[in-house]
Amino acid sequence: MGKLPVTSAVLTNRFERRTFVLGALQGGVGLMLATRLGYLAVAQNEKYQAASESNRVNLTLIPPRRGWVLDRFGKALASNRADFRVDIIPDRVADRDKTMDTLAGLLSLPPDKVRDIRDKLDKARGFQPVEVAASLDWERYASVSVRLPELPGVIPQQGFSRFYPTGAAVGHLVGYVGAASAEDYEKERNPLLVTPGFKIGKDGLEKHFETRLRGVPGARRVEATASGRIVRDLGTREDVPGKPIQLTINAGLQDYAARRVGLESGSVVVMDCETGDILAMASMPSFDPNSFSDGIGRIEWKMLSEDDHVPLRNKVLRGLYPPGSTVKPMIAMSFLEAGLDPSASVGCGGGLRVGNRVFHCWNRRGHGTVDMAKAIYQSCDVYFYHFAQKIGMDTIATMARRLGMGQEFPMPYPGQSYGTVPDPAWKKKKYDKEWAVYDTVNATIGQGYMLSNPLQQAVMTSRIASGREVMPRLLLDRNAAQPKSMGFRQDHLDYIHAAMSEVVNGRGTAGRAKLPVDVLMAGKTGTAQVVGLNIGNGKGGLWKHRDHGHFIAFAPFDKPKYACAVVIEHGGGSGAAYPIARDVMTYIFDQAKAMEVLEGFEKQWGGNVQQRMAARYEVFAAKYGASAPKPVPDDAELTERVEQGRKPAEAPATVQTDAAAPRPEPEQAPVTTPSPAPTPAATPTTTGGQ
Amino acid sequence: MPRAYIPATISRQPWGMLLPLMALVAFGAAVLDSAAGGRFDVWASSHLVRFCVFMVMAMVIARLPQELFRKMALPAYGVLCALLVLVELIGGMGGGSQRWLNLEFMTLQPSELMKPGIVLVLAWFYSVLPVGETQNWRSLGPAAVLLGIPAGLVMLQPDLGTGLAITFGAVVVMFMAGLPLRWFLGAGASALVIAPIAFFTLLHDYQRRRVLVFLDPESDPLGSGYHISQSKIAIGSGGLFGKGFGNGSQSHLNYLPESHTDFVFSTMAEEWGMLGGTFVLGVFGLVFRWGLKVSLAAPDRFSRLLASGMTMTIFFYMCINLMMVMGLAPVVGIPLPWMSHGGSSMMTNMICVGTIMAVERWSRSAPKGLS
Repeated sequence: MGKLPVTSAVLTNRFERRTFVLGALQGGVGLMLATRLGYLAVAQNEKYQAASESNRVNLTLIPPRRGWVLDRFGKALASNRADFRVDIIPDRVADRDKTMDTLAGLLSLPPDKVRDIRDKLDKARGFQPVEVAASLDWERYASVSVRLPELPGVIPQQGFSRFYPTGAAVGHLVGYVGAASAEDYEKERNPLLVTPGFKIGKDGLEKHFETRLRGVPGARRVEATASGRIVRDLGTREDVPGKPIQLTINAGLQDYAARRVGLESGSVVVMDCETGDILAMASMPSFDPNSFSDGIGRIEWKMLSEDDHVPLRNKVLRGLYPPGSTVKPMIAMSFLEAGLDPSASVGCGGGLRVGNRVFHCWNRRGHGTVDMAKAIYQSCDVYFYHFAQKIGMDTIATMARRLGMGQEFPMPYPGQSYGTVPDPAWKKKKYDKEWAVYDTVNATIGQGYMLSNPLQQAVMTSRIASGREVMPRLLLDRNAAQPKSMGFRQDHLDYIHAAMSEVVNGRGTAGRAKLPVDVLMAGKTGTAQVVGLNIGNGKGGLWKHRDHGHFIAFAPFDKPKYACAVVIEHGGGSGAAYPIARDVMTYIFDQAKAMEVLEGFEKQWGGNVQQRMAARYEVFAAKYGASAPKPVPDDAELTERVEQGRKPAEAPATVQTDAAAPRPEPEQAPVTTPSPAPTPAATPTTTGGQ
Repeated sequence: MPRAYIPATISRQPWGMLLPLMALVAFGAAVLDSAAGGRFDVWASSHLVRFCVFMVMAMVIARLPQELFRKMALPAYGVLCALLVLVELIGGMGGGSQRWLNLEFMTLQPSELMKPGIVLVLAWFYSVLPVGETQNWRSLGPAAVLLGIPAGLVMLQPDLGTGLAITFGAVVVMFMAGLPLRWFLGAGASALVIAPIAFFTLLHDYQRRRVLVFLDPESDPLGSGYHISQSKIAIGSGGLFGKGFGNGSQSHLNYLPESHTDFVFSTMAEEWGMLGGTFVLGVFGLVFRWGLKVSLAAPDRFSRLLASGMTMTIFFYMCINLMMVMGLAPVVGIPLPWMSHGGSSMMTNMICVGTIMAVERWSRSAPKGLS
C-alpha cells in the first residue's frame, strides 16, 4: 500500500472497506451475544431456573417436637414446653461485642451468663447456633424481635424446649439433650442438626432412643430477599413429633426416692419383683437436666466437677460397693439349696476359730446359739463363717451369680459396672493365688473381692423375694410374659422371707425400718467397710472414710411385690440406708404419710433438691463469680469428661491378705447427723468401692 | 418517500432508526418500573424525561452546521481536559476518587463527555491532516497525545471502563482514517504482550480481582463473582419468553445487584426472556446499521470519521455491557445505552446520535463528495 501515492480516493476506498469490517465486527458480536443469550436462556434454562428458585425460596427447618418420656402411668418424665428463645449464629454476627451488649441489656442477662455465652461463641463453629436465652416471656422476646435489623445473626424464635418436670431426680435416668456438636454433624450430615433450637440426646435414654424420640422436622418455605428479609410465606409443613417412650418408672416414686436421699450420696432402686419392672432408679446427688440442656456454664461445671459426691456418676449402674451383709440371705439360700437344715445351729461366742486364727463376729459378745433365721436377722457372722467353710465357696458363688450378682443386665445405658463374685478359680486366674480361708470369710459378709452395684442388689432381692428369674426392665411392656421360676423350693423361700421379716419386724438389726402402714416389710441390713480399723472406725471422721450403708428390702413379706435396694456411700453404716428404704416403701403404700416425713426432713436440709442446688449455685457464683476459670469443655469434651467422672469404681487391684473386720450392725448406733453438704473446696473425688 | 402533506423537517428525520430507538427507551422504562418494584416514579419517569430532554438536545445538535463542529472540536476538547483535571483535583482534596462535578442542577461527569469529545477532535485532526501524511508518524504522534491526556486522566480516577471506551473510540477513528493496517496489527500484538504486565502492575486490586473472578466466577460466589453468577441466573432463568412483567424474582428480591443500572439487561431478560433480548439486540442493530450507512454516505472526510466514530462509541457501550452481564467479560462499570438508568450515559449516547443525525443532514445539503 505504501508504494502507491496515497490520495483522498484511496483513503475513501479504504474507509469504505474498513466500514465493512466494522459492520462485520458488529454483526459478529451481535451474533455472538444472541448465541450466548440463547445458550443461557434456552439451553441452560433448567439449571438457572433451579438456581433462581433456590435463591427465591428459603427453606427453614422447624425442629420436631421430641417424643415424651412417660412413666408407667403416663405421667411425663421429659416433655416439651412451648417457649420463646433467642439463638445466635456466630458466622452471621457482624460485631460480636456490640451484639452481646445489646442482647444482655434487652434480655437482662446476668454477667456470669453473658460470659458463658461468650465462651460458647468463641468455641462454636460457624454453623452451630448458640443459645442466648430460652424460656423467655413475650415482652423480652418481642424486645429482641423489634431490634433485629441491627442485630444480624440473632435469631429469635418460637419453639419447644425439653422440660424435665422433676429436674435432678431424673437426671441420670433420662439423660439430657443439647445442641448437636460438630462431631454429631460430621457423622450425620443432617441440616436439622444445625437448625437453631434443635437438640440432640446427649446422655441416658435421650441418647439411646434418639432416633425414636427425634421425629421428623417440619419446614417453612418463604420467599426471602438476598438480605434475608421474608417477603411472603409459601407454606409450612408441620413437624411430625417423635414417638414417646413409656418407662416402667413410677414418676412419683422416682422423685420421692431422689429427694429422700437428701444430703447423702447414694442410690435407690425399687423394682416390681414379680415382673422386673424398675419403678424407681435414683442416683443422687445429680445434675439438673433442664439446665444441662441449655449448655453448662462455668460455675455450674465447677460446682459439679468439684463435688466429692460425684453428681455426674450414675451410681445405680456405675457405683461398685462391697455389698456387706446384704448378701447373707443369698448365702443362706445357697446353704438351703445345698441341703443344709435351717435349724442346724452354731454357738457364736463372738468369733470363730479356724486353725490358729480367730475370725470375729461383729458382735464381740457373741450371739449364743444361732440357727439360720437368727443368723439372718441378727446378721451373725460366725454362723456364715462356719457353714461356708463346710459347704464351700463354689456353691455360694454359683448362687450369687444365679441371683444376679456379677451380671450385666440389658439396660439402655452404656457401660454398666458389674463387679465381682469371687471364687477360687477366679482368684487363681486373676492373682495366681490359692483361695484362702479368709477369702471365704470375707465373701460371706460381702467384703473383700465381692463387689456389686445397687441394681444387682435390687435384682438379687427381687429374685429372692419372688423366686422368679426377674430381669430388670425399664421399658414398659404390659404383655411381657411372667419371668420363669428360679426353681427354688417354696418352703426355702418362705423361710428366708420370714427371717428377713424378723430383721425389720422382730428381733432384728433394723427394727426401726418397720413400715408405718399395715404392710410388713422384710429386709436385710449391710455395712461395708471402706477403710481399715487402723484408719477409722467407719462411723465418724472423714466423710470418705466412713462405711457404706446398705439395705435391701421387699414388701409385703408374705406376698412379695416390691423390692428395694438402697446404698448410701459413706453413710456410716446401714443406719443411713434403711430409713430411706422404709420411707420409699411407705410412699408406695401411703403417699401422704411418706411425704409428711420427707417434708420434715427437707426443712432441716434447707429445701428440696432444686432449692438446695440453686442455693449452692448462689454460693459458688458469689465466691467465684468473676474468677471462675474457663473449664467448661465443649460438647464433645464434656461428654468425655462426664464419662470419666462416672467411670465405675475400680475393683480392688491389690490382693486381699486378711479378713475384713465385720462392722457392727446399727441398731444401737443410729445415725442422726446427716453427712455435711459437700463444700466447694476441692476434695479429691472418691470412688465408690473400697 | 415523503408524502406531500408531511412537513419536510419531519419526514426527513431518520424514522427507521428513531422509532425503534424510542421503543427501546420505552421498553427500558418498563424494565426500570419493574426493577423499582412496580413504582414508575423511582427510575422510569426520570428515564423518559431525560430521553425527551436529550432528544431535543440531539435535534439541536443535528441542526448545527459542520463549520461549527470543526471550529469547536479543539476548544471543546481543551475544556473537557481541563474539567478532568479539575475533577482529579477535587477528588484529591476530598480524599477519594471522584468522577463528577456537582453543578447544582445536575452532576456532570466529564469523562462521559470525553467519549464523543475524543471522536470529534480526532475526526477534526485527520480531516485537517494532509492526505499524504496519513501513512507516517506525523499522523500518529499528535493523535496519541490527544488520546493519551484524557485516557490517562480517566484511568487515574480510576475508571477503567470509561478509559477503555475513550481509547476504543479514538482507535476506531484512526482505523477509519486510513492509518496503515500493520500499525493496528502491531499494536494488537504488543497489547497481547503488555496486557499481562499491565494486569499485575497498573490495575488496582479490586480490578484485578474482577478479572480473575471473571475467569472463574464460581471461585468466589459470594464476593466479586456474585455479580456475574446472579446475572447469569437472572438471564438463564428467563427462558424463551421470560417470567412475565413484574415477576422477576432475582431483581425483586435483590439477588441481582445494580438491577437498574449496569445489570438492567439481566433484569429485562429475566422477565422478558430471549424474546426481549432479541428485541434489544435488534434495535441496537438498526441503530448501528443506520450509523454506518450515514458515515458511508457522508460528504467529506470529517463527517465520515465523525459518524463512524460516534456509532462505534455507542457500540462499545453495548458490546461490553452485554458481554459483562452474560459472563463473557469482567465486571466493568459500563451501562447499557438507553436502558440503564443514568443521566450521563443517556447524554453521551444522545450526543452521539445527534451528531450522526447532523452528518446525515450535511450529506443531504452538501453535494456528494468525490465518489
